[in-house]
Amino acid sequence: MNAPEKLTLKDFATDQEVRWCPGCGDYAILKCVQKLMPELGVPKEKIVFVSGIGCSSRFPYYMNTYGFHTIHGRAPAIATGVKLSNPELDVWLVTGDGDGLSIGGNHMLHVLRRNVDLQILLFNNEIYGLTKGQYSPTSQLGTHSPSTPDGSLDKPLNPCSFAMGSGARFVARTIDTETKHMTPLLKRAHEHKGASFVEIYQNCPVYNDGIFDYVKDKKRAAETRLVVEHGKPLLFGVDNQKGLRLNIQMLGLEVVTLGEDGVTESDIMVHDETNRPLANMLAELRTPDFPEAIGVLYCNPEQSYVNAVRQQIEVVRAKKGIADLNDLLRQGHTWQVE
Amino acid sequence: MAVVESIPVSEDPDSSFSSVVVRFAGDSGDGMQLTGSNFTEATALHGNDLATFPDFPAEIRAPAGATFGVSAFQIYFGSDEVTTAGDDVDVLVVMNPAALITNLKDLLVGGMIIADQDAFTSRNLSRAGYTSNPLEDGSLDAYRLISIDITKQVIRSVEPFGLSHKFAVRCKNMWTLGLVMWLFDRDKQITIDNLNTKFALKQDIAKANIAALNAGHSYAETAELPSGVEVYKIQKAEVEKGLYRNTTGSEALAFGLIAGGQLADISLTFASYPITPASSLLHTLSAHKEFDVVTFQAEDEIAAACAAIGASFAGSLGITSSSGPGISLKGEAISLACATELPMVIVSTQRGGPSTGLPTKTEQSDLNQALYGRHADTTLPVIASSTPGNCFDVAIEAVRLATKFSTPVLLLSDGYLANASEPWIIPDLNDYDSFKVVHETNPEGFSPANRDEDTLARVWAKPGTPGLEHRIGGIEKDFETGDISYDADNHQKMTDVRKAKIDGIVRFIPNQEVSLGNAQGELVVVGWGSTYGAIHQAVKRCRARGADVSHIHIRYLLPMPGNLGELLKGYKKILVPELNTGQLVNVLRSKYLIDAEQLNKISGQPFKIRELVEGIHSLLGEVK
Repeated sequence: MNAPEKLTLKDFATDQEVRWCPGCGDYAILKCVQKLMPELGVPKEKIVFVSGIGCSSRFPYYMNTYGFHTIHGRAPAIATGVKLSNPELDVWLVTGDGDGLSIGGNHMLHVLRRNVDLQILLFNNEIYGLTKGQYSPTSQLGTHSPSTPDGSLDKPLNPCSFAMGSGARFVARTIDTETKHMTPLLKRAHEHKGASFVEIYQNCPVYNDGIFDYVKDKKRAAETRLVVEHGKPLLFGVDNQKGLRLNIQMLGLEVVTLGEDGVTESDIMVHDETNRPLANMLAELRTPDFPEAIGVLYCNPEQSYVNAVRQQIEVVRAKKGIADLNDLLRQGHTWQVE
Repeated sequence: MAVVESIPVSEDPDSSFSSVVVRFAGDSGDGMQLTGSNFTEATALHGNDLATFPDFPAEIRAPAGATFGVSAFQIYFGSDEVTTAGDDVDVLVVMNPAALITNLKDLLVGGMIIADQDAFTSRNLSRAGYTSNPLEDGSLDAYRLISIDITKQVIRSVEPFGLSHKFAVRCKNMWTLGLVMWLFDRDKQITIDNLNTKFALKQDIAKANIAALNAGHSYAETAELPSGVEVYKIQKAEVEKGLYRNTTGSEALAFGLIAGGQLADISLTFASYPITPASSLLHTLSAHKEFDVVTFQAEDEIAAACAAIGASFAGSLGITSSSGPGISLKGEAISLACATELPMVIVSTQRGGPSTGLPTKTEQSDLNQALYGRHADTTLPVIASSTPGNCFDVAIEAVRLATKFSTPVLLLSDGYLANASEPWIIPDLNDYDSFKVVHETNPEGFSPANRDEDTLARVWAKPGTPGLEHRIGGIEKDFETGDISYDADNHQKMTDVRKAKIDGIVRFIPNQEVSLGNAQGELVVVGWGSTYGAIHQAVKRCRARGADVSHIHIRYLLPMPGNLGELLKGYKKILVPELNTGQLVNVLRSKYLIDAEQLNKISGQPFKIRELVEGIHSLLGEVK
């Protein structure tokens, strides 16, 4: 047998013209994913990209794998069907804040709760791009948009908190242009068996430009970004002089400065990916009071849904033996008319 | 002669009757459905032809004694061909006043009432709306009333088992069943076996129920019944030879889907969301994981349809199922399946509507929804089953059409078919032609837009196949390459080809046959779906009286059989009875420009034979 030929980024690009706006954060994510694919060692034909509707959901057209651009919000349900039919497939789901958390919020909740083995990439640009700039469920309060000319009135949803609340077993956050951070993180998401939820802060240069500058801008990032790593203390700030300490009275995290008020590194909380309460707290951290957590917030695998489905089927088949429909139809009370 | 209008309570009880309609009615907690299904089994084993009609409320446990909580089970059995659950009731068994007041209108004058007098308390009487006790005030003089202290009898008969009063009283359905079994000379062994199986882990309950069953039987046998009430003998029916079992439409449909999957040599993914009266399909398939079928209870109707589509994309046959309101929710997804030309089966088990409507009652009001209920030009094959047993064949046909033409197929059933049971000649899968699915594997010249020249079906290349990586989606695609295309001419071409594919199915379905009667004549009654049995009997009766009337029953509603237009034009008059306000009739009028009369009933109940006979008379004049 021939050794499988080594694939490159080009093998995963299609001949379709990429039609995102110039400067869209989606380009960087696409490049990162195309580059990552050969490293995963999965045969191209076993990879499926499923998406809903929106700018991000055009993603499958640009991946030279199997792909299904479906309908608004329903990608998690369609991806679940793909996995139920063929658990061998490596299924990626690409969605956005409107697709995944508004019209498709219910499906997102259930695909996470069920722990269907998928990589879910949620491009969060806090706006509806494809429909021309209406506010989304992650838009900041007071967002001015065509549908909210006087400012939006409903509070935004936090995607990672939503995922935690839905029972996700892998929750992570990264930033569109931070390829070096995103690549290993997506690898982790891929390794994880079960639903892996990755929120990607993504800039929309047309309708919501600069919304994540506070965390992307190199000068401000030290104060606004908390890069979490399993087993490492939750430190941030210039020269890592700040950290997060558990305030037991408040049952929450608080920002402290090393060297002030006798604070030493031993007071700083150490990140533990398997600690659910900690992951909940990390997901909720928001500027300006806190830095925002980037990295794998939670990873605590358990059996994936489709595996459980297949196992149950095997158990039933072992118990019932070879299935014969003619036999089944003749079981129970039958009678012969001569 | 086929006319069956005899009453068992005749002057001469020893004589044999051709047919009887018995209805059991009580509180929804009284176990009437269980009583009915046990009586059905015994009746089938006795050799009568039969049909049943379970009619139960949407409330699971309505307050005891309430009229809206009355649950009924009707069985029509006889020595002649039986195709409906019967028009008028000959024997009405009532467990309380509410059951009497809500069912009495269907009892024939002179018919028999068996009532539990212990349940006719002042409280229950006033709940049902009686100001005096009908068992005592003479208001039932037109009927043969058998009033028995059933509750007391039951408590006495189960005393040795030490049950609480509540559990003891629950055995009264079996006591009553025992009595009715004696009345019609049924063998109660099958019920005893059933009780032993059902309560295998609760021996005292099993024993008490069996004791109650035997006690009811003995009560009747030992001549404690009023004089003149004796065993009624119903001759065995002259039915087609073969091996039989009872089936409901839901069961036959589930088995048909499994059979279809086997004939297509393809695994099934069945995704559904609970909704009355469609859920039993999900239950049946979920209980048969030994076959190549994965079942999935989705978070909602939309997700169920989408999971089915995802499964079809991945190479299985995705199937989803619901009733009207749920089918509405699935509409957008079904259009995606039309746009991407993926095989899929959608089972629509119709119920009374609109909105929540009458969830447990039957109606045919979702034909328009099946034909047109989606955005844009999304044409798809629509087929309908006509009897519980016929659901098996129609399910196989749905799988055949979906896989052969790479299209979603909508299969119409309804609440009556889903729940009603009938004796069914058990099919042999070896008698069916297979229609094996072949997924594309050859990368040479592959495009996801490739079509079969004959059927126009789009190629089915499943993920996992090397060299065939491709993308599909809801955006319009180029006719040649399958890539996204916003080109004007291309959209025209794609719309045309999708329609031509579905229209072309007419070449692959059988011509319309005449169910009963002649290929031309004075009048034809045209039906579809579960009205088959009632129309058949009505036409049979009228023909027996010399009327020139025939029956056509349409299985293929879209596309319609190629000869249907010409066939219909061979009759002077056309009558289209439907359990809706006139949906098929409008299709026939607009498609064939024919002058069809309509006959409609929207009460949540099936047609009575008499209603159809009257409809025929109104067009032909009274046939003597």
